[in-house]
Amino acid sequence: MAMRRSHVIRYALEQYKSYRVPNAAQSLPSWYTKGTNGSLDSWSRCVHGSVALTQKKAGRVPLSSERFPQLKRGDFARVTDGDLQVFERLVPSRVLTEPGDIEGHNVDWSGTCRGAGQVLLRPKTTEEVSAILRYCNGRRLAAVPQGGNTGLVGGSVPVFDEVIISMSLMDKIISLDEISGVLVCQAGCVVDKINEALEPHGLMTPHILGSKGSCQIGGNISTNAGGLRMLRYGNLHGNVLGVEAVLANGDVLDCLSTLKKDNTGYDLKQLFIGSEGSLGVVTAASVLCPRIPGAVSVALLGCDSFAQVLQTYDAAKKMLQEILSAVEFMDRASMEVVQENLQLTCPLGAHRYYLLVETSGSNAAHDEEKLNSLLGHVMEKAMVDDGTVATEPSKVQSLWALRENVAVALRADGCVYKYDVTVPMSRFYDLVTDTRERVGSDATRVVGYGHLGESDIHLNVTCPQHSEDVFDALEPWVYDWVAKCKGSVSAEHGMGILKRDYLYHSNTGPAVLLMKQLKERMDPRGILNPYKIFPD
Amino acid sequence: MWPIFDYGRFVSIISSSDVYGVVWMRSLAQLHKMANLRVLVGVKRVIDYAVKIRVKPDNSGVVTDGVKHSMNPFCEIAMEEAVRLKEKKLAKEIIAVSCGPAQAQETIRTALAMGADRGIHVEVTGKSIDGDNNQTGQMTAALLDWPQATFASEVTKENDHLKVVREIDGGLETVKVTLPAVITADLRLNEPRYATLPNIMKAKKKKIAKHKAADFGVDLTPTLEVVGVEDPPVRQAGQKVESTEELVAKLKDSGVV
Repeated sequence: MAMRRSHVIRYALEQYKSYRVPNAAQSLPSWYTKGTNGSLDSWSRCVHGSVALTQKKAGRVPLSSERFPQLKRGDFARVTDGDLQVFERLVPSRVLTEPGDIEGHNVDWSGTCRGAGQVLLRPKTTEEVSAILRYCNGRRLAAVPQGGNTGLVGGSVPVFDEVIISMSLMDKIISLDEISGVLVCQAGCVVDKINEALEPHGLMTPHILGSKGSCQIGGNISTNAGGLRMLRYGNLHGNVLGVEAVLANGDVLDCLSTLKKDNTGYDLKQLFIGSEGSLGVVTAASVLCPRIPGAVSVALLGCDSFAQVLQTYDAAKKMLQEILSAVEFMDRASMEVVQENLQLTCPLGAHRYYLLVETSGSNAAHDEEKLNSLLGHVMEKAMVDDGTVATEPSKVQSLWALRENVAVALRADGCVYKYDVTVPMSRFYDLVTDTRERVGSDATRVVGYGHLGESDIHLNVTCPQHSEDVFDALEPWVYDWVAKCKGSVSAEHGMGILKRDYLYHSNTGPAVLLMKQLKERMDPRGILNPYKIFPD
Repeated sequence: MWPIFDYGRFVSIISSSDVYGVVWMRSLAQLHKMANLRVLVGVKRVIDYAVKIRVKPDNSGVVTDGVKHSMNPFCEIAMEEAVRLKEKKLAKEIIAVSCGPAQAQETIRTALAMGADRGIHVEVTGKSIDGDNNQTGQMTAALLDWPQATFASEVTKENDHLKVVREIDGGLETVKVTLPAVITADLRLNEPRYATLPNIMKAKKKKIAKHKAADFGVDLTPTLEVVGVEDPPVRQAGQKVESTEELVAKLKDSGVV
């Protein structure tokens, strides 16, 4: 036999575990595959796969310029042949103009925003990015920096004919200091690949998210991505020690420090964390990477009342304390969607709410003892109706897969309206119940899942295709609901183009004014990722 | 080597060596009908299959220290089948057995949480990993002189025998085995359940009997010596070509066509 039997077994087990995930084309209903305006006509994304969309799919999504007719194209130049020649000189043989090559980069992951970008540039070095931006700024050409294109608010794709600057080829790891745990790498490094490179050194990225197979660190930084272990390791504002960015005029701003402590003047790198590429293009970063925990355990718990959920969360914080690394929430609808659309198995029966509690530590025995006493406690006090716990990596992965794949599973329903909001913890699920009541049977599904620990709920409403009725019922009602309880209209997804109209829902006038002033100062011609973040 | 337990007449479902779950069933056929089988399930502690295997620098084996272990997935399948038999009232009692180091007791606890009634731990010191040898079931059947049905993907009880559908290279083979017999589990026999909290709690109270190999007069001196363990050769990177013509040219250059 060419393959060793153990490899065959492992391969067979992987196939077994995954063979239940059907080939999408075979199992999707016909209305889905026919495709109409706004709907997706093929499943071109597997769980950890690439973000490239098929041209056919891209062609079905309406152009943003048509979808938002009130948007006016800015006073930017248009790309000419002369420009193409210059680009060819700046990034030789990495200038793409063929529609087939560019289409995937013109549409976002959720398939709701499509731009009409004509040129895709693929720089390899910071100097090339600098030269590109200096030229674009001089010519008044608008540009969109693009990482893994996994953003969910249309922030990573053009609106009109902006030049797309893809960071994908800037994927080198520059240095790693094992003792301090500081990694320095280019912005185009894919998070999964970073983790693969860090693993032999016993380190990992401080953040992890479902799109880790495709998202790039530059994009994560530019959107201040949260992720699944923010509860334990904090957010990127804290974990990014340094940033190298290219400003709109081509100047390279080197704030690529590797120091954990440096209070010398204004902390400029923070400007680029979460500003969605509008203040500069992040080209490299230094990230503080924590150690891979020696022992990881996951418990999936089923509760039938939200009061129980909060009690359990409270008990988890008290009894697990420093080993608690994630508390994720799913409602029955989100469990159903992964079961129905992806054929994943839920180990528990049907419960109204599910909690996924993860612990990470250095000593398995110590963690197990704490976790077991928590589980005994929550069972005894009837805070939890059922649950299961896993310490083996294979089972831990299977349990996490249930939570990580909700977004992927929802896409199979057709059109997904996504809301990612921070609300007071006591009202965490109320938004979902109210939304369900409001849209009624017009929507296929209304699901709520998210990061309970940060009170960040992902509300998703699905329909077979885009429905004006449902959309009008949802917006601006959802955002008004959130504003009323002083929440955030976008907990971690950012504003992009889809949420820019609601910037004032979570920011005061003077605050937004200062933001605009900063933008004008750093990008006077407004060429970096225009039409995003700010309402007109 | 599995020590032999003398329980009189046995009906055995044994999974092969380190790959498959092992189940023995005791038949009290003289006094009762088939419905009162006692099932003995072998569960082995192996390196978790989601873990990346590393070969030791001295090529003497794979790294096991500090590496996460879990129940052999095929043993889980065998356990699940035993629990289903009990749920169908075809089996009366399930006993989980494991030969291994002290940590094997964790594996037995998992089996107890899945539905076994009690456990037996035979302490065997020294390194032990999944050898993919596919021997235990077959060897046990030979030693006990019982019929065997290996790679089972379906097991049904029919009167006084078992009908077993086996997965073979050419497809599926159905065999009939009289009891006692040895059966080994294959991938598609069932999907093992997760142990839920109430059962995990109950499992803590279930008994695990401890023995040493010497208690049974079994000599553990190895008759096999592992000379070396190596990584498989690294896969060579492929080459991208721009056109069919270029593909043909490259194939010709390399002498393949």
